[in-house]
Amino acid sequence: MRWLLVKDFQILRRSPLLVAILVIYPIALALMIGFALSSPPGKPKVAFLTQVPRGHGTIHLGSQEVNISGYAKDLFESIQPIVVHTRAQAVADVRSGRALAALIVPTDIPEQIQSLVTTGVGSPTVQLILNTNDPVEREFADQAIQARLDDVEQAVSKQVLRVAVADLQRVLGGGSIQLLGQSFRLLGLRNSRALLRRAIAGLPPRSPLRAALGQVVGFADLAIGGLAFASPVLGSIGTPLTVDETELSGQTTPAATYAATISVIFSLMLVTMLLAAGMLALEREEHAFGRLVRGLVSPGALLAEKVLLAGGCATAAALVMAAGISTFVSLEWSRFPLWVVALALAGIAFGALGVAIGGLARETRAASLLAFMLSLPIAFIALVPTAAVSGTLKSVLDTVAFVFPFRAALDAANNAFSGTAPAIGWPLLHLLGLALVFGALARLVVRRLA
Amino acid sequence: MPAIATTRPATLAARSVTKRFGERTALRDVSFEIYGGELVAIIGPNGAGKTTLLSILAGIQAPSAGEVSTPGRKVGWVPQQPAIYSKLSVAENLRLFARLEKVPDPEAAVERMLDLIELRERSDDEVGRLSGGNQQRVNVAIGLLCEPAALLLDEPSSSLDTRQRERLWGFIGALGERGTTVAYSTHDVAEAERYADRVLVLADGELLFAGTPSELERIVGGGARDFEAAFVRFLDARGH
Repeated sequence: MRWLLVKDFQILRRSPLLVAILVIYPIALALMIGFALSSPPGKPKVAFLTQVPRGHGTIHLGSQEVNISGYAKDLFESIQPIVVHTRAQAVADVRSGRALAALIVPTDIPEQIQSLVTTGVGSPTVQLILNTNDPVEREFADQAIQARLDDVEQAVSKQVLRVAVADLQRVLGGGSIQLLGQSFRLLGLRNSRALLRRAIAGLPPRSPLRAALGQVVGFADLAIGGLAFASPVLGSIGTPLTVDETELSGQTTPAATYAATISVIFSLMLVTMLLAAGMLALEREEHAFGRLVRGLVSPGALLAEKVLLAGGCATAAALVMAAGISTFVSLEWSRFPLWVVALALAGIAFGALGVAIGGLARETRAASLLAFMLSLPIAFIALVPTAAVSGTLKSVLDTVAFVFPFRAALDAANNAFSGTAPAIGWPLLHLLGLALVFGALARLVVRRLA
Repeated sequence: MPAIATTRPATLAARSVTKRFGERTALRDVSFEIYGGELVAIIGPNGAGKTTLLSILAGIQAPSAGEVSTPGRKVGWVPQQPAIYSKLSVAENLRLFARLEKVPDPEAAVERMLDLIELRERSDDEVGRLSGGNQQRVNVAIGLLCEPAALLLDEPSSSLDTRQRERLWGFIGALGERGTTVAYSTHDVAEAERYADRVLVLADGELLFAGTPSELERIVGGGARDFEAAFVRFLDARGH
């Protein structure tokens, strides 16, 4: 047992790449998970415009006033507000990418809320302008703003209810109210009923007023009973703010389509990288590499063949997968030629990365393991919404996502499948560039196979 | 080193070939010539530079200094371990390399090689299912597909049993009789004596001797019971 352990440690010591992977991989994953858990969620930058004139942000409820402008500060807890003064400026900020979204509070919102809570008619609406084509990022911004709007809405609603319930209590039990700077005393329904009952008791038995006053007491009984239930009923009523969303970037991908695209690209990446890395390393294991590159095939042609093989097989598999998925999720078949172009170029880029891995690892099993282990964090990092993190971590994640093909492949396939932004040209160029870079890297390391 | 007295043109030649791997010098100023139809064995202790010399002649590695002269692409190369695809059949392997070699009629070349290595009845078997000896015959056949003027073999018999060795050397000997120049490395000195016209003795990257086995025995002098003993005494006398 002891000597077997010694032997295995000796073997591991002589496999530096394998040991490096075994050590670095869990550390890298732990760091990523640690960052994700410990970093507070980033606050999306949101251009904020309130069109409500200063001093006009109050609504009147019975005897009291509620200042709804004061609730804006609650909204700022979950966003980084960029205060703007015109709608054009808000749109420009979103369009330029300075802000992820713009939130516009229109002039008439106090009147709309006033009307809604006093007459039940009104539609207080805020405008949300977005310009992201990444559905995950859009969801992040949307949720951050929507959640805080819900909080604002609940706070306003509670305040309105507090005022309304207090006024109802005065109607029932009596009390004093301030109106036009003067204090008035209200009798209240209960007190009125007691007074009426005493008045009826003091009337002669045959007085005709007894029946009339009895009706008034009956009404008071009903009103007291009914209004006693009014407070809890009012407490269950919300006053939902309507959010009117506008997308500047045009049509965006539905979440289901985006999820389907991710699964297709992830499968494409796994198949391509495993196949390219494994098949190149196999040339060495079969001892054929030296024979092949001895004038029969150039190393570049050998690499190109592996990239085409892996990319071609994976593209075919991804197309079949996409066709299958299209029976459940809406994908645009009219753009099928673009499906082929996007998936094929993604396959070539992943294939180039795969042969670079195969050249580095040299052994089929090590190459396959390395390709598999790399593919998980590559996808994970590319899927983190950049707005969800900030500072150095954001720069690191952006850089990593840029130098591997997953994000570019996702953007290209996303456009190909649904015609949504961004345009397909840049992701395709990006994939082509990455294919050339990884191909050149593979050309450098392939000498190790000889 | 004895001079080679011949007027034949050299098929393979090395002139002051040196090969360095970092600080280590694997070959040092090696020069020799091999002539048409000759069978030449390269012998020497482990680490002498035999495989390095053959791989430079085969064009797999470039010399650090000096030059080699070969008959263009017409040099067949048979690496020590069979460089063939174990999941392909014998015929499929031959066909693949015939096409890569741009042989004018690949199918005819496959047929010719199947006859030559006497594996016609196993032509559809996966190479991975063949014995080590048969795999080595396929390995050699691939080296011969381009009908080379010279064939280089790196320890071709190292993984074979006695019977397989006999068949392999019979096969290689027949190539020599047909005019193919053959140079091979081997650890088995007796094999070199038996099958080679001449031997090149390498030790620590230096060429110590080029000549026939009997010439080497003469240099060593009497007393050696056989060629192997003479070879060991030769190395001892030169400090190897």
